Amino acid sequence: MNRVLIQGNRAIGEAAIRAGCRFYAGYPITPQNELTEYMAEHMRKADGGVFIQAESEIAAINMVLGASAAGARAMTSSSSPGISLKQEGISALAADELPAVVVNIMRGGPGLGNILPSQGDYFQATRGGGHGDYRTIVLAPASVQELADLTMDAFDLADLYRNPVLILADGMMGQMMEPITFKKPKPRSYEEKYVLKGCGNGRSRFIRALILDALSMEEHNWKLHRKYQVVSEREVRCECFRTEDADLVLVAYGTAARIAKGAIKRSREMGLKVGLIRPITLWPFPSAAIKAVAERVEKFLVFEMNTGQMLEDVKMALCGKGSVHFYGRPGGVVPTPVELTKVIALQYKTRNNNA
Amino acid sequence: MKKVFGRPRSLKEAVLHYCPGCGHSILHRLVAEVIDEMGIRGIAIGVPPAGCAVLAYNYLDVDMLEAPHGRGCAVATGIKRILPDRMVFSYQGDGDLAAIGTAETLHAANRGENITVVFINNAVYGMTGGQMAPTTLLGQVSTTSPPGRNATLDGHPIRMSEILAGLEGVKYVERCAVNSPPNILRTRRSIKKAFQYQRDGLGFTLVEVLSQCPTNWKMSPVDACKWVDEVMAREFPLGVIKDTGKRGS
Repeated sequence: MNRVLIQGNRAIGEAAIRAGCRFYAGYPITPQNELTEYMAEHMRKADGGVFIQAESEIAAINMVLGASAAGARAMTSSSSPGISLKQEGISALAADELPAVVVNIMRGGPGLGNILPSQGDYFQATRGGGHGDYRTIVLAPASVQELADLTMDAFDLADLYRNPVLILADGMMGQMMEPITFKKPKPRSYEEKYVLKGCGNGRSRFIRALILDALSMEEHNWKLHRKYQVVSEREVRCECFRTEDADLVLVAYGTAARIAKGAIKRSREMGLKVGLIRPITLWPFPSAAIKAVAERVEKFLVFEMNTGQMLEDVKMALCGKGSVHFYGRPGGVVPTPVELTKVIALQYKTRNNNA
Repeated sequence: MKKVFGRPRSLKEAVLHYCPGCGHSILHRLVAEVIDEMGIRGIAIGVPPAGCAVLAYNYLDVDMLEAPHGRGCAVATGIKRILPDRMVFSYQGDGDLAAIGTAETLHAANRGENITVVFINNAVYGMTGGQMAPTTLLGQVSTTSPPGRNATLDGHPIRMSEILAGLEGVKYVERCAVNSPPNILRTRRSIKKAFQYQRDGLGFTLVEVLSQCPTNWKMSPVDACKWVDEVMAREFPLGVIKDTGKRGS
C-alpha cells in the first residue's frame, strides 16, 4: 500500500528521492527543518545519494550548482531569509542553464520576520529573485499530495528546460500532515552532453556565466528569454474551482487557496455564487485562464497572505477588465474561512448594489 | 631532433590576457604540466574563480565550471561528491578565497573534501584595479588603502594557509611562489603532490602561491619579483605548512 500519512516537509523529501534526486545540501531554518532532517536520514541510504549539511545557504546552493553540472538531480531547501541568500546561486544556475530544485517554505518577513506561514516571497519567486534577466518556474502546491506530486514534476521541468525550479509553499504546507499517495516518477530524460564529467579523450568543455562581450551577453539573454517564452506557452497550470456559474471569483494560491475553498463552501451555503482560480504555476502565471473567466465574470477578489503581490499579476491579466479587490493578511497571520467569508459577502453585496 | 620543451597538452593554444610579469600565466602552465604528467586531463574538472583568473577556462584544456565569487570550494564539493573518481580542483585568488569565500573554503577544508585548491595570493584585488585584499600587507598602498594598510582601521593580512592547516580535514598545505626558477619548480612539485594526495583519497589539499602583480603594485616585473622575496615572503613564509604524509594522518 502506497498510501501514507505524512508531513508536508517530509513528503517533499521522499518525493525528491523517489524522483531520483541524489544530491541535497541544506542549512537549518524553521519551518522547513523536517525536510533537511528527512534528507539526512534517507538520502545517504539511496544509491549514490549525497547529503551535506552546508555551512550556509550560499554554500548549499553553490554545492547544488556543482552537483547539477556533474549530472545529479540536485536540490536545496530553505525558508524566506535563507532563500534570499541563495539568490546568487539561483541566478548562476539560470545563467549556466543548469537544472535544480529549490524549495521555499515561506515564513513571515521582511528581515528575519517570524516562523509563521506567509506568502510574502511571491515577488521574489516570480521575478527571478536574484540579479539579471532571468526567470524560474514557480510551483505553488496547496496540499501535501501536491507537494509530493509537484516535487517530482519540478525535477522533470528543471531537466527539460535546464533551469532552476522553485517550489513555493509556506509553513502551513510544510508542517501539516495529510494522507497521500506517491505517484510513480517518470524515468529521467537528460542528455549526457550537458553533464560535465571530465573530457576523457575528447574536447574539453566549460560552463560559465561570465560573458564579457556585450553582443554575446545580449544573445545569451535573448536565448534565455526565448526559452522562458516556451515555458510560458507550455507549462501554465491552474485549477478553476466552481467558476462556471460564479458571480465573484477569488484568485488565491497555496494555503490561501485552501482557506478560500472553505470560504467558498460557506458562501455557497449562503447562496452566494463564488468560485476560485488557483494558480498552480505562479510563473508562468495563468493569465489566459483569468482573462477567459473575465469574459463572463465582472468581479475578482485576490486573496493572499501578504499585502498584495499576486494582485499585480491578476490586474495585468485582466488588463482593465472587471474590477479587482484585494484581501490580505501578511506577517504570519493565517485567516480563517469564516473571516474570508465575511469579506466575500461584503464584496458580493457591493457588486449587486453596483449592478 | 628531440623536442625538449613545448606547450603542455592541457594548455590551450590561446594568448593569455594576463599583464606582463604576472604570475598567473606561469601558474596556469604549471597546473597544465602536472595534469599532463599525471595523465589526468580526461578526468580533471577545474573550478575557476571570479578575479583575474576568471577566464582560466579559456586557457586550461580540461572541463571547467565557473563558480560565483568565492564559492569555488562549495562548487568543487558538489562536483566531487557526485563524481568521486574525478580530479577536482579550484583555482582561486586571495580576495576570492580569503575574503568573500572564507566560509566556503574553511568548511570544505574542515569536511576534508577530497579536492585540491590552487590559491594564488598577490596581496591585492587585481582584476578590479588594485583594491586592498585580505592579504594586503601592512603599509601597502592600494586604491582602497591609499595611505597604506592600517592595522587598526583595516586589520592585519590574513594567513589562510596557517588557519586551514589547523583543521583535521586538511592533509597538505604548502606556500610557494612563482617569482624565480627555483620557486617555480617547487610550486610544480607542490601541485603534483597535492593532486597525488587527492588521487589517493586523502582529503583536502591546498597550494598557496605568492604571485607578483606588477601592474597593481606599480612596479616593474623585476622589482615585483624581488618584492615577493624581500617583503611578501616575510609576512607569508614559504614552505610546507602541513603535510600529514601519504597515510593521511
